[in-house]
Formats: sequence, structure tokens, C-alpha cells
Amino acid sequence: MTLLSLSAVAKRFSNGTQALRDLSFTVAPGEFVSLLGPSGCGKSTALRLAANLLAPDSGAITFPTGKPEIGFVFQEPTLMPWADALANARLPLDLQNAPRGQANDRAASALARVGLAGFERALPRELSGGMRMRVSLARALVARPKLLLLDEPFAALDEITRAQLGDDLLRLWREDGLTILFVTHSVSESAFLSQRVLVMTPRPGTITADIALDTDLARTRDGRLSPATIEAQRAISAALNGAGALV
Amino acid sequence: MTQSDQNKVSMRRAPDILFPLVLAALLLGAWEGAIHYWQVPHYVLPAPSAIAHALCANFGSLMESLGSTLAVTLQAFAASTILGVATAIAFTQSRLIERTLYPYAVILQVTPVVAIAPLILIWVGFERINLALVIVATIVAFFPILAGATLGLKSADFNLLDLARLHGASRLQILWRIRLPTALPYLLSGMKTAGGLALIGAVVAEFVAGSGTATGLAWRIVESGNRLEIATLFAALALLAFTGVMIFAALSLLEWTLLRRWHESALGEAT
Repeated sequence: MTLLSLSAVAKRFSNGTQALRDLSFTVAPGEFVSLLGPSGCGKSTALRLAANLLAPDSGAITFPTGKPEIGFVFQEPTLMPWADALANARLPLDLQNAPRGQANDRAASALARVGLAGFERALPRELSGGMRMRVSLARALVARPKLLLLDEPFAALDEITRAQLGDDLLRLWREDGLTILFVTHSVSESAFLSQRVLVMTPRPGTITADIALDTDLARTRDGRLSPATIEAQRAISAALNGAGALV
Repeated sequence: MTQSDQNKVSMRRAPDILFPLVLAALLLGAWEGAIHYWQVPHYVLPAPSAIAHALCANFGSLMESLGSTLAVTLQAFAASTILGVATAIAFTQSRLIERTLYPYAVILQVTPVVAIAPLILIWVGFERINLALVIVATIVAFFPILAGATLGLKSADFNLLDLARLHGASRLQILWRIRLPTALPYLLSGMKTAGGLALIGAVVAEFVAGSGTATGLAWRIVESGNRLEIATLFAALALLAFTGVMIFAALSLLEWTLLRRWHESALGEAT
């Protein structure tokens, strides 16, 4: 079974930069896949192509089982500064012209699920960086997506907040049976969170390694430091080294 | 914010009002004293007391003139706001429209309005003098609204726009939910400039319209000057300045009311 498939995708930007070359991979339903690579290797471009926010120059992006509802989380929280947390989380439903009362209920429960119950009326400027990112996550979940695309969502956060949000993301993934494509440049993050890590080379980006991780890895409190996670980090680092990304 | 905090804030801000008032009292006192000391003729420079007297003596007619000028100003301000925002929306919806129209907007802006006012008066006709005045003042006030609204509408967060498209937003939804709220601070800044310009435009238009047809404060200034009633001229001038300040204050209040909760420019005052 395949939910998302990219085959031989190439993308060149108008300034002439070849961002992606011959990029192919698939994502199965329910999988948690990380797309890992150094800055500027085209990971974000690949994610935007998957969301149909960009069109490829050649190659195909397909959804064999039908186009799923997609949630997208950017590196920045990307909230509307004039709107409170509830209105921000509600945006996808508002755009679908969902009835206001029902939309409010769903947005409130999405906020509660990311730990922001009681902050419905707070404006983005009144929230911390981590909380803003949680609002962004609630907004991505509110339309009940099958596929969640995350573009280095925790890169701008401190390590403690990043770990908490990682735990929360895993919980949501399990509870909702989500399929997640997670773009990151953090080896440890990808090793802890995902079932599969796709390692990308620098520009023009293409996949050099497809590393399956121990899916039964007990992701307990000290899961980040478990021998299996450390071993996964070693394997991912080796693949990155092979790709010429690490010095 | 607690009550005592609020008191502290108003205490801190009291000098903003008090100090200019003290300066005004000192300057007016010096002016009054100088006029009496050097026996300056009233048709060259009247004393503040004489101006106050002229204001009281002609209060009814001056208020009527003020009403006339104010009506032109407000109509022109409303027209320029509506036209400016509408044009800015058209610009952001189509590059073709922007490329085609923008040079004309600039030409309209850089051409001295005094030079085209006589033409407008002739074309519109002296029997519809009020409309002509409003058109002249609208042209003067239009550009800052257009510039502010265009910049604001284009300043929307690209990622937010992408997100909206991902969720199937229509152009109208993007305009209403993302572009217009983003543009609001820029638009309000343009409106503050345009408010003052609408008044200037109304005054210029009245000057050009000349005798007998216009009844606003600018005409009172011309008339008082011709009759050497300099105290009345000053009274009309003071009313114009007061009107300009009030327009600015009203728009600043509107800006603060709309932005104080979320925009950086207004947060300094709220917290």
C-alpha cells in the first residue's frame, strides 16, 4: 500500500538552481517518515511538491489511494497575529465554510489535544514560541488530515520544548493513525521520531539512503537515549557521511 | 493592567499634554505683550485677544464656513479611502492592472493639484461647485491610501497564503481573511496622512474656486485678507489648524482602537 509516491521528480527554480534531481520515494499509510539532509538540499521543496504548493518540472507526484486531506506545519508558526488561538486553529475549517459553532468546537478540541486548553482567547504575541507552534499543530490537525507534512517544525525552538513537542507529535500520530512526512536536519530527532529515514544529498537533492528503524522501539521517557536510538543515530550519521554532507 | 498601573501611565503621559499647553500660554502671553508694547497695527498683526474677539464676534458665520470645509474634507477623505483601497485590491489581483494603471496614479500624485484644479472646476461646472471641490481634495488625498493599502495587501505572509491555498481558499477568502487584515496597519498609516491632505486639498480647491461660489474657511481667509480684517483671518486659520489636529487625533484613536491588541506599532501604548 502506498499513500504518497514521488517518482523521478525534478525541480529547478527560476534563478537556475537545480533544487531536486531524480527524487523518488514512497510513503505507506500510517508511516512516520523523516526526510533528513543538510540545509539547502531541497527537503522543503520536496515537501511543498507533495502538498501541491509547487509543481515539478518533470516526474510525478501521485496518491494511489486517492488524494488525502493534508495538514501542513511550517518552520515558523505562521499564525495570523490579529486572530486568537481559536480563530487561528479554525482557519482551515473557515476556509471550507464550516458552520461557525461546529468549527469552534473542533478548533477548541484540537487546541486541547496539543495541550492548549484554556488558551483559546490568547493572541499569538501572548504565547511562547513553543505554544505558538502548538497552535500551528492544532491548525494542521483541525481538518482531520490523513497526511501530515511538517517542515522543520521544531527547528526554531529550544531543546526542552523540542523534546516535549516531539513526544506530543508521536502521541498524536498514534492516536489518529496519521501518516507523517517530517522534514528535519536533526539526526537525533529523526532517529527518535521516525520509522524510516530518507537521507538526502545536497543540491541537487536526491535520496541516497532509505534507513528502516526498529519500529517497536520503546519510546519511553528515556527512549531518546536508548541503545536502539543511539544505534539508529550512528547508522543515519554514516549515511549522511557517505552522502558527503558531514565534514 | 491594574487601576494603579493605569494611573501611573496617565501620570507619565501627562507632560505630553501639559508641556505643549504651557508653551502655548507663554508664547501667546509674549505675543500679546509685544503687540501692546510696540503698538503693532491690528491690520499687520492682531493680538491674540483681538483674534479671540473676532472669533466670538463672527462665531456663527465662521462655524458655517467650517462646516462647509469640513463636509468637503470628509467626503473627499471617504472617497479617497474607498477608491484607494479598491484600486489597491485591483492591483494585487492582477499584475496587468497594476502595470497599466500605476504610472497614471503616480502622474496624478506628482502633478501639482493647483494646476489642474481650474480645469476640474470648469469641467464639473460652477453650479456643482461642491462636487468640484470634493474631486480636487480626493485627488490630493488618494495617493497615500493607495500606496499604504497596496504595500499592506502585498505584505501578507507567503506561508500563510500557501496554507490557505492548500485548504482550497478562494481569492475572495484570501483577500478577506488574510490580505486585508495584514494591510490594516499600513492602510491606517496612509489614512492618517490622507486625512490631513484632504483638508489641504479642500482649502486649495476653495482658493482656486474664488469668490462668490465657495463658502468655506479658505474663502473666509481670502475675504478677510482683502478687507484687512486680519483678526478674522487669524481666527479662520486657527479653526483650520484645529480641524487638522482633530482629524489626526480621530484617526490616531481609530488606529489605536483597531491595532492595540496585536500590532507592534500600537503595543507600546497598551502595555
